[in-house]
Amino acid sequence: MKDVYESQRAMRNMRKAAMQRGVIAILDVGTSKIACLVLRFDGPDQFGTPEGIGSLAGQSQFRVIGAATTRSRGVRFGEVDAMQETERAIRTAVQAAQKMANVRVDHVIACLSGARPRSYGLDGMVEIENGMVTDNDIARVMASCDVPDYGHDRDVLHAQPVNFSLDHRSSLADPRGQMGNKLTTDMHMLTVDSVALQNLFFCIKRCDLELAGIASSAYVSGISSLVEDEQELGAACIDFGGGSTGVSIFMRKHMIYGDAVRMGGDHVTGDISMGLQVPMATAERIKTFYGGVLATGMDDREMIEIGGETGDWEHDRRTVSRAELIGIMRPRVEEILEEVRLRLDAAGFDHLPSQQIVLTGGASQIPGLDGLASKILGSQVRLGRPLRVQGLPQAATGPAFSGAVGLTLFAAHPQDEWWDFDIPADTYPARSLKRAVKWFKDNW
Amino acid sequence: MRPLIRRNHRASLRDPAPSKWGYRMQRLLLTPGFVTSVRVGIPLALIGIIAATWFSDEQRVADFNKRIAEVKASVQERPEFMVTSLDVVGAGPVLEADVRRVLPIDFPASSFDLDLEAMREVVAALNAVADASVRVGENNALTVEVTPRIPVALWRAHDNLRLIDADGVFSGVVAERGDRLDLPLIAGDGAHDHIQEALALFRNAGPLAPRVRGLVRMGERRWDIVLDRGQRIKLPAEGAMAALDRVIVLHQSNDILEKDVVAIDLRNRDRATVQMTTEAASALRRVNTFEAEDQ
Repeated sequence: MKDVYESQRAMRNMRKAAMQRGVIAILDVGTSKIACLVLRFDGPDQFGTPEGIGSLAGQSQFRVIGAATTRSRGVRFGEVDAMQETERAIRTAVQAAQKMANVRVDHVIACLSGARPRSYGLDGMVEIENGMVTDNDIARVMASCDVPDYGHDRDVLHAQPVNFSLDHRSSLADPRGQMGNKLTTDMHMLTVDSVALQNLFFCIKRCDLELAGIASSAYVSGISSLVEDEQELGAACIDFGGGSTGVSIFMRKHMIYGDAVRMGGDHVTGDISMGLQVPMATAERIKTFYGGVLATGMDDREMIEIGGETGDWEHDRRTVSRAELIGIMRPRVEEILEEVRLRLDAAGFDHLPSQQIVLTGGASQIPGLDGLASKILGSQVRLGRPLRVQGLPQAATGPAFSGAVGLTLFAAHPQDEWWDFDIPADTYPARSLKRAVKWFKDNW
Repeated sequence: MRPLIRRNHRASLRDPAPSKWGYRMQRLLLTPGFVTSVRVGIPLALIGIIAATWFSDEQRVADFNKRIAEVKASVQERPEFMVTSLDVVGAGPVLEADVRRVLPIDFPASSFDLDLEAMREVVAALNAVADASVRVGENNALTVEVTPRIPVALWRAHDNLRLIDADGVFSGVVAERGDRLDLPLIAGDGAHDHIQEALALFRNAGPLAPRVRGLVRMGERRWDIVLDRGQRIKLPAEGAMAALDRVIVLHQSNDILEKDVVAIDLRNRDRATVQMTTEAASALRRVNTFEAEDQ
C-alpha cells in the first residue's frame, strides 16, 4: 500500500500545483468519445470555502474555458486497446480544447470507466490514547484497516473513509476533537487493473501531459448526476457508457460501492450491425435516430431506410421496421440491466433506506430506457443529467458528459481520501527525529 | 493487415488527429514565454545581426561617425543657435573687464558648445562677484548677470587697502585711502571676521564720528578706536558699545578728548583710565609740586 500512497500523494501535489497555476484539464477517456474540458480556477484564496456550500452550490470557483469532444479510437471496454490510436484521439481532444481556451494545459485529471473495478469495504479500530481524537488518531485508525489481498496486478484507485464511529456513536463525519476511547472507521476501497491504469498513464504521458489525478468514471458520474439528497439518503448511479456501464452506490455523500459491467452502447450498436448486416457507422446512426426499447403498434408500420453503398441496389435499398430494430436492441439492453441488477444485489442495494436509481451516460438516451429499467432494477428510476457548471457549452451538458462534469467537481472538491491524511507516526521506525518532532508537536 | 475491401478514402482523410509535432507546436505557441520571445526576440535578434554585420566594416563605421558629426554640426551651427557677443549686466567697468577676462570665448560660438553652468561658476568665483547667472539671451548674446559685492569697509592689511563687504569677503583692492573716503577703515588681524561689530561702532560714534580715523582689531579680541591726533579709545572685548557710549558721555561733559590725552582705556569695566601726553603729565606733576611748595 505504501507505493500507492506515494504515487497518489505525488498526484495530489501536482494537482495542488495546477490549482495554483489556475488551469487544469479534465480528460474523460471513454469507449465512444474522448472529452476534454479545460478549467480555470479563480485562485487559491477563493478556493477554500469556509463552511457549508458557497454560491452556485460551490461551483462558482471554477469555470470551463475550453471543451472538446472527439470520437474515441483504440479504446475497448473503457480500457486502452490500441495505444497509438488512443494517444492520437487524446491529442485531438486536448488540442481542440486548448485552442478554445487559448491556454496551454500541462496537468490533466483523467477518469477511466473500465479496468474491472472492484469494491472492498474495510474497517479499522484503534484505542484513543489520551481521550481526544487527533489527526494522528485518524491516520492510525486508517492505517489499522485490514487491507484484503486484492491481487498483485491491481491498484488502489480510491480509498475513502466513509464513516467514523467513536465508542457507541456511529456515522460521525469528522471525529477530530471529540472525546472517546475507541475509534473505528469504515473505508471504501476501489481497486482496478494495474495494466489498464498503466496504459492510460502512458498514453497521457505520451501527449506531454502530467497526470494530476485519476478517478473511476462510475464514481465521478455519480457525483455529477446524483442530486444532494440522493447522495445523502442512498442512491445508485448507472452510467451507460459506450463500452462499459458503471455502477456506483452513494450513501451519506460517499461512494460505498463501485463496479462496472463490461457492456454498453457499443454492444447495442454491434448487435444492430450484425442483425441488419450494416457497417458500425450506419448502425450507430440508426440507433441514435430510431432506437428504442419499448415497441408499440405504431413501430411495426414505421419503416427505416437502412441505406448502404455496396453498389448492390437490392442490398442498399433494404428497409427495416422500427419494431425489428427494437427487437434487436431490447435484449442487449435487458442483458446490461440484468447484469447491473446482479451487481446491485451483490452490493446489498435493496437494504438501503432509499433505493433511487439514476440512469446517466450516453446510452441512457435510448427512448424508453427508464421504463425498462424500472421493470428490472426497481420502481424509483429517473434519467439523470449532469450538474450545470459554469461555462460549459450547451453541447456538453447532455448525460453523455456526466463523467466529464463529475471530474470537474472531483477536481474542485475532492473528497477525503486515505492518502490525504498523514502517515501515522508509529509507522516511521527509522525516522526517530521526525517522530520526536511529531511528539513535541502533539504534546505542546 | 491490409484490408481486402477498398476503404472509403474520405473517411481516412477526415482523421482530425494532429501529428505529434503539430500538437507540440501548438502547445508551444500557447506558452506565453515562448510567444513573447518569438514576437520580440526574433525581430530584435534580426536587427542586432544586421547592425552587427553592417558595422563590422571599419570604413562604414568611420563614414557613419563622420556623417553623424556632419549632421550634428549642421544643426548646431545654424545662425539661430550661434552666440555672437557677451553682455555683462550689473557690473562696473572694472568688474566687467574681469568677467570678460575669465570668460575667454571666441565668438561666434554655438550655444551647444557653451557650458553655462561652468561659466557661471567661473564668474561667481571672482572676488568681486556675490552671485552670477549666465544665459543665452535675446539677440544671440550671452548674458552674464552679475550681482557685485558691495564694499562696506576698507581693511588695511599688510601693505595694501582691501575692500570688504558686509560678509567680510574681499572684493577688491584700492591704491590709497583717498580713493574711497566714504568707507570706514579697519585694521588688524581678524578684523574682517567682525565687520558687523565694527560697522555698528562706526554708526554709534556720534559726535566723535568726524574725528574717527579707523578701528584697529587688537589681539583678534577687541577694538581700538583711533582718532586723529593719535588718540586711542581702547574698548573692552565685551560690551564695547556701552564703553563707547561712556566715552561719548565723558567727552560731551568734560571735552576729555580735546585735552592732551593719548588714550582712554576702558578695558577695565570699573574704572576708565586716561593716559595723558608726556608734556601734560610733566606739567601736571610740576603744578602739583608748586602747590605742595606753596603750602
